[in-house]
Amino acid sequence: MARAVSTQTKIGWTIAAWVVALLIFFPILYTVITSFKTEQEAIAGFDLIPSFTLQSYGEVQTQNDYIRPFTNSVIIAVGSTILALIVAIPAAWAMAFAPTKQTKNILMWMLSTKMMPAVAVLVPIYLIFLNTGLMDTRIGLVIILMLMNLPIVVWMLYTYFREIPGEILEAARMDGATLGQEIVHVLTPMAVPGIASTLLLNIILAWNEAFWTIQLTTTNAAPLSAFIASFSSPQGLFWAKLSAASTMAIAPILIMGWFSQKQLVRGLTFGAVK
Amino acid sequence: MAHITRALAGACAVTALSVPALAETLTIATVNNGDMIRMQRMTAPFTEANPDIELDWVTLEENILRERVTTDIATRGGQYDVLTIGNYEVPIWANQDWLLPLSDLPDYDSEDLLPPVRDALSVDGTLYAVPFYAESAMVMYRTDLAEAAGVTISDSPTWAEIRAAAEAMTNKDEEVYGICLRGKPGWGENMAFLTAMANSYGARWFDPDWQPQFDSEEWNATLTDYLDMMTSYGPPGASSNGFNENLSLFQQGKCGIWIDATIAASFVTDPENSTVADSVGFAQFPNKEGVDNHGNWLWSWSLAIPATSDAPEAAKTFVAWATSKAYTEAVAEADGWRNAPAGTRASLYENAEYQEAAPFAEMTLNAIESANTQKASVQDIPYTGGQFVAIPEFQGIGTSVGQQFSAALAGQMSAEDALAGAQSNVTREMTRAGYISR
Repeated sequence: MARAVSTQTKIGWTIAAWVVALLIFFPILYTVITSFKTEQEAIAGFDLIPSFTLQSYGEVQTQNDYIRPFTNSVIIAVGSTILALIVAIPAAWAMAFAPTKQTKNILMWMLSTKMMPAVAVLVPIYLIFLNTGLMDTRIGLVIILMLMNLPIVVWMLYTYFREIPGEILEAARMDGATLGQEIVHVLTPMAVPGIASTLLLNIILAWNEAFWTIQLTTTNAAPLSAFIASFSSPQGLFWAKLSAASTMAIAPILIMGWFSQKQLVRGLTFGAVK
Repeated sequence: MAHITRALAGACAVTALSVPALAETLTIATVNNGDMIRMQRMTAPFTEANPDIELDWVTLEENILRERVTTDIATRGGQYDVLTIGNYEVPIWANQDWLLPLSDLPDYDSEDLLPPVRDALSVDGTLYAVPFYAESAMVMYRTDLAEAAGVTISDSPTWAEIRAAAEAMTNKDEEVYGICLRGKPGWGENMAFLTAMANSYGARWFDPDWQPQFDSEEWNATLTDYLDMMTSYGPPGASSNGFNENLSLFQQGKCGIWIDATIAASFVTDPENSTVADSVGFAQFPNKEGVDNHGNWLWSWSLAIPATSDAPEAAKTFVAWATSKAYTEAVAEADGWRNAPAGTRASLYENAEYQEAAPFAEMTLNAIESANTQKASVQDIPYTGGQFVAIPEFQGIGTSVGQQFSAALAGQMSAEDALAGAQSNVTREMTRAGYISR
């Protein structure tokens, strides 16, 4: 039976939640505010009211074309996510519905690869990319980001698939469904919320990835992470310009997150309450 | 005969049509600072004069750029044709045969380059990079605060003079701090300053046998005085302040004295960005009484051509143009003499228009000319480099020592403990690297 919660407690928790949410969101909000300031206003100190100038946005666009890195980011993030799902759905099916003694160990091993710092494998991967012609190509980045995010995708899908009763798949098999039909027509539709949240999370991870996307590109395939990196200055204060570049880089993913927050929250809390 | 004529005409047409396809593309890796961004804007005369050369720019933050081009050059990746690197990398990379010698640049006046800068970019007399701009370090101070406090700072001050002036200018109630110095850990942050300060105290990183010297009296005096000045007269949270943070404090009128790179002079005297633009004085980097050494700080962002470039001749044409006197004049014409790339050419400092536009010109030239990167300490040393030690291991050990000193500034440990930690860490790393026998 649910415990009765007083109105005062509810108000208290609501205020606390808003305060925490604002604290977490504040750096992003202040970046957006700073992007509408002049450079002089930006360094003058803390101020929440900008002069609403678009000067920095104009300068950012003049200095670096936004469209090419934006297009690269979309292709790389979406491409690597779709490729990861194509590989991960059958893998997660096998681990969830046909486990062996080693399944848990394989899952742990996959996750452990995420614990290794990326820089440790930089030189071998750099050489592979050089020798296979993948350097500074979108397909190269799609492959590397797919590989980097694959353990998380498999883990998430495995968790969702385990919530689906195996009997339903057995019933499909008894009705004569092949393995492919079972995955495509039975399992996938039932796991759509989980797959959707995995897809969204993976797009966000791929969009924000800033190690491989900078190390393995120069000009042709450089995405928005490289775009931002070009505005950070070691000498000289260009905070308004840097903020404008950051806002331009995060805006698409923030908008996507805003519209898909229901699916994201549902997917991330799936199975958390039983 | 007609067939032959037609065939020849056809061959000529195909050749003519394929000329644009033969245009070489130079991929140029560079840092994001005002001078480099200006260069990207001003390449029209170059591309018009060289229609067969196209330019592709890769602009990155300094540390990312360093990591990125180091990976590429060490793996012989050949992704870049022109690299923007500092005088720290030049001797190390030239010794590895990773850079092309640049002694034969077409129509290039290398004799006009300031000797300390040219020396810092040469190995055994051969130039391996050409300077785009160069900087040393000097004292920048508020003339109005000094006057109000009744103190004067001489053109060549000692550390005792600086300390006394910082004390007189400090007014913490009004958030005016007598002295602002780098405290953020990093080989290019606090250790650039502290290495130069140590030089001016007569200290050295290593003796001729590569034994670390942090247990010396000179290092002890350097760190003790630095911590004493910063804790007494420095801003709060100084252990997080690097170049940009101190620039911001100075521009907002919160620092009496700031000792840092000469390039800062153009920022703090710019009325559009600085609230104290009309009241900034300059002086030479201080020295300790009795030690004839003013830090020997010298940094130069330079253009180099990796040995793996597939367009070396086009790259040479570009670097010669970008660091030429003609380019400097083009910048002056477009954006004024004040914005001309500083610190590289003697002819710039002989130019009356530049001297008039840049009140800091004389002191900058003085600072660069007095920087000796070939022997940075008054004691015997086995290394070159001014505010760094030009060995590949320095990035690692410099940052590790910087963390110890920054922790001491934050009050987490004493100067003695920080120096002992630095001595132990550097000894271990230098032994591992084979400089010291086990």
